Order: sequence, then structure tokens, then C-alpha cells
Amino acid sequence: MSFSETFRDSALRSSRVLQRFASLLRPQSGPALEMMAAEAEQLTRQNFGRTMRLFAPLYLSNECVNICKYCGFSRDNPILRVTLAVDQVEAEARHLHAQGFRNILLVAGEHPKFVSGDYLARCIERLRTFVPAISLEVGPMETAEYEPTVRAGAEGLVVYQETYDRAVYAELHTAGPKKDFDWRLDCPERAYAAGFRRLGIGALFGLAPWEEEAMSLAAHVDYLLRHCWKASVTVSLPRLRPAAGQFQPRHDFSDRALVQVILALRLCFPQVGIVLSTRETAELRDRLVRLGVTMMSAGSHTEPGGYTGAGSESVHQTQKGKAIPVIASEGEHLLATEQFSIADERSPSVMAARLRELGLEPVWKDWDAALAAH
Amino acid sequence: MTGLTIAGRTFGSRLLVGTGKFASNQAMAECLEASGTEIVTVALRRADLSGQDDPYADILNFIDPKKYLLLPNTSGAMNAAEAVRLARLAAAAGLPKWVKLEIHPDPRYLLPDPIETLAAAEILVKEGFVVMPYINADPVLAKRLQDVGTATVMPLGSPIGSNRGLETRGQLEIIIEQATVPVIIDAGLGAPSHAAAALELGADGVLINTALAAARDPARMARAFRDAVEAGRTAWEVGLGAPSRTANPTSPLTGFLS
Repeated sequence: MSFSETFRDSALRSSRVLQRFASLLRPQSGPALEMMAAEAEQLTRQNFGRTMRLFAPLYLSNECVNICKYCGFSRDNPILRVTLAVDQVEAEARHLHAQGFRNILLVAGEHPKFVSGDYLARCIERLRTFVPAISLEVGPMETAEYEPTVRAGAEGLVVYQETYDRAVYAELHTAGPKKDFDWRLDCPERAYAAGFRRLGIGALFGLAPWEEEAMSLAAHVDYLLRHCWKASVTVSLPRLRPAAGQFQPRHDFSDRALVQVILALRLCFPQVGIVLSTRETAELRDRLVRLGVTMMSAGSHTEPGGYTGAGSESVHQTQKGKAIPVIASEGEHLLATEQFSIADERSPSVMAARLRELGLEPVWKDWDAALAAH
Repeated sequence: MTGLTIAGRTFGSRLLVGTGKFASNQAMAECLEASGTEIVTVALRRADLSGQDDPYADILNFIDPKKYLLLPNTSGAMNAAEAVRLARLAAAAGLPKWVKLEIHPDPRYLLPDPIETLAAAEILVKEGFVVMPYINADPVLAKRLQDVGTATVMPLGSPIGSNRGLETRGQLEIIIEQATVPVIIDAGLGAPSHAAAALELGADGVLINTALAAARDPARMARAFRDAVEAGRTAWEVGLGAPSRTANPTSPLTGFLS
């Protein structure tokens, strides 16, 4: 039974681990939260050691056919868009490699014309000669469409459900293939069937009440651990950030609530990775590294070409699938628009030094391409 | 304490140490020193195998090959083909032609796949590797691996990193009783007393990682494990008395009759 079917039947969501998760989400006193934190810290060190895995996102394209009210890339936003050529993707990846990254997440908006499976496979094949670990965060595909990207050398797939609330989802996703809630919900299973070894899921907090999102996310983790038993599962808890379109969060998700969800995830799923992006501030990130987080990005850019300026000569607007040229005024250097603005702007080397100060070894390479050679 | 001989090479220490999870490579190096170990295992996925001396994957630079046998492990491999490929790559990169064969398809409990492990062991032994397979505490599998020519067997006490100790004790006793190669207890040993108990049982060695790396002071914890291993081995060599349900007085009441 797929997760979308399981998810419809609340009786199937009452496993013991989920009952415990629910109890940990209830309001906790300060001392109770502190006890959860101590146990979470101990479990994280036991399972992941005194280490922190580092990765970087590399945006390939900000073209998108979907309308998502909260997203900067939404097709109705008149932003500057570009899809990097494979050579430009390589230039961006070489920049990240020189900074130390050996684990790169390729990100793109959903646009079959600009971001085809074939294009992704060519990007991966180019990068795999010098990047040991490559993951994808792109529009959901069929299992058979994923297979060439796995053969090309991708080993991880990330897809966030955004919100697990069907009504809110329908209201916020008004056009494009992303409208189909179940299609997206079952994406990690299709990716697993195609041979991906690392599956990343998450919810975009701020769209629906956080307690409900967290419960659904935990149910999804529980399902994936049972059904996709060979995959490493990671969870991400992104909070809405300022972006084109000026969408405002509808529900509060405080630092305290974020911490409580991270701790509850760690206590219920000790071996599941927890990912923390540069959406959060440096001050908060330095605190969260001790509370269950196992993987971080650093120095991120959320626009294609953001690291090196690659592709700036091809920046345009897109209307009805057609590129409309944008004329730069003299001396002006156009860059594609970012998906959202980041909050922690520390460079990778500064972040690594800070992790060492906090008693953690930054781990850049945790995977070898030889493992997934096809 | 007598030495441990594997594939014709004798080591003074019966404590093998893993290198994952340390707070820094420096802390790891100090821990190795304090442990007295002579065999150190490294996950190949964390090392640079391209020969380019990658400063962002430089764990091997912290393990002195003159002091330690560097034992590459195949952690991360999910099947025999992947493990074999990794072992060959390591050998091609100039690492010792020894391999700690680990194939665990389930990333949650990291339990080893017996079918893939046997298949990979057969191939690697034929290619001349010294093969040290990580296995569940399954006596028949242990014998099958010895039949294909592995240099040791490395059954688990409990899941990797779990600190639960010798949960598989009954099966381990059978493996040790039937062994024709050294038996090294590989996983789950969280306290020096677990290590001592393994050696008292007749195991030839233990491999410790999480209990050291996650400790507040890895080097001091390494010293504690070193002492425990030596104590356990010495007790086994001397021979422990059999347990008895009743008390046995140290000055027997009928001693005067003899």
C-alpha cells in the first residue's frame, strides 16, 4: 500500500512510535524540554558521532510550470530566470568543490522543457567525475524517468511535501502538475524503486499548524523506514523565508516549536538524519547543531549561477513557456532571481571552523562514487 | 598476554579500533595511541581514493602506517558487487590488501547481509585479499566463511553503536568453539566490561569504535578498554573456574582427610 493510501486512513497511523511522537509534541515545561534535549544530544552522538555532514545546493534552473503561492519561482512571478548549460553547471560545481564540498544537491524548478530527465543525466555525468555524492531536488517523476539519473550517478532524492494538509495544499498549488497531492506524496517511494539510496523529505513550516505537519511528517518517516528499508532517510524542517511574491506565513512556528519537533524526531527515530539549511540564522544554527541536526548546508545561493555568475548572459523572463529577453542597461550585471533569501551567510570555511569550535568534526566526504557505480 | 595472529602476521594488541564518529582527526589519533591498538579500520567512503590527497577527505593522513595496519572497510556497500569494487579500488590506491568486509543494506540497524557477504568473501579471497567479514552471530555462516578462506570472522555482540554488549553470547560461544581462524567480536560493545567478557569467553579480539569516539575523553576511554582486553585475555589464558550453584569453601571442611 502506498503512503498516500496509508495517509488517508488515520487508523493506520497509530503505531507505537507515532503515539510517542504525539506525546512529545504536547506542550512541555522548560525542565521537560531540557530532558528531551539531553537525551536527543546523547542519541545523536551515539548514532552519528561528534560529526556534522556538510553539503551545498546547486541551482540548475529557476524555470517552473507550477503556481505555488509561497514560492519565489512560481510561474506567475515576473522574475529573472535561467537554466544553466552543462558547462555552467560544472563551473558552479567546481567552485563548490574548491570550497570543500563533496556532497552536492542539484536543485531545479519543475519545467519539463528546460529541466528534462536527459538534461539532469548529462549534468550528473559531468559532475560525477569529481563530486563523490550527488543528490537531486527536482520535480517529481515516474520511477522509469528516475532510473537514468540513478545510472548517471545520483544517489539521493529530496522532495518536500510542503504541506501535508490536503485543503491547504489545494489552495496554495493552483496550477501545474504539482497540484496533484498524492503524486507528490508517493514520490519518495518511486525514487526508492528507481534505486536512490538516500531519501529526503520535509514540510515547509508556516503553511499549516505545526503540530499537524510534524505528525504527518513523522508518519511519512515511519512509513518510509518500513517500506524503503534500504534507504537512509533524512528530514528537513524549513521555515518560510522572504521570497518573490511576498507570501506571509499563515501559522507561527517558533524557535521553541522547531526545537521541540527536532527533539521529538530524534527521540523517536534515532538513526534518521536531520538537515538544517541556511534559512536559519547563524545564532540559531549554532544552537541547533547540538540538538539532533546531522547535516548542514553552508554559504548557499538559491539562484542558478549564484556562486560564479554563470548563465548571466542568458537571463530572461518566461511567459507561457517562451523566453522573453531582458535588456540589461549598460554596465548592469543581471543575475537570475533567488528562490528565497538565506539568513546564515557564513562561508563554508567559517562554518567548518565554527563547528570545530563547537566540538564537531565537519565531514565533507561521506560517500564514494564507486559505491553506486553502474 | 599472547599475541594475535591473523593471516600469518602477529599483533601485540587484541584491541582493534574504528575511526568513525570522532570530534576531530586529532582526537582520533590520540585515542589510537592510548588504545595500544595495532589494527585500525577506516571507511573507504570517507577517504580519498583518487590518489589526489584531498584535504577535505584526509582521514588517512592521521593514521601512521608504520604504527598501525590500516584495515580498509567497505561500509556503505549494499551488495557483493559494491563491496568487491571498493576493496579493489582501495588496493589500487595503494592501501593494504586487507579488507574488513561489511555489507549492510539496512542503514538503520546496519545488520550485515549474510548472502552478499559470503559471495563477496569468495571473490575477494580468490583475488588474494585478507578478508575479515563482519557477520551476525550465525555459527553456520561463520563456518561457511572459514570454508571459503576468510582470515577471521567478526560476529557482532549487538548492533553497531548500540552499546548493548554481548546480546548474542550463546551463538558466539558456538562460533568460538568451532573456529579455525581468529574470532573478533565486532560491534555493540559499549563498556570495558563487555570487552573483557568477550575475551574471557575465548574471543581472540574485539573491535571498538562508538564507545571511544562518543566518549567525553576518547583517549582515557581507550586506555580503559585496553586494560579490559588485557585482563579478559589473561583470565582466559589462565582459565576461569566453572560457575557453581552452591558455595565452595576456600578451606574445605573435609580437607584433613586427604
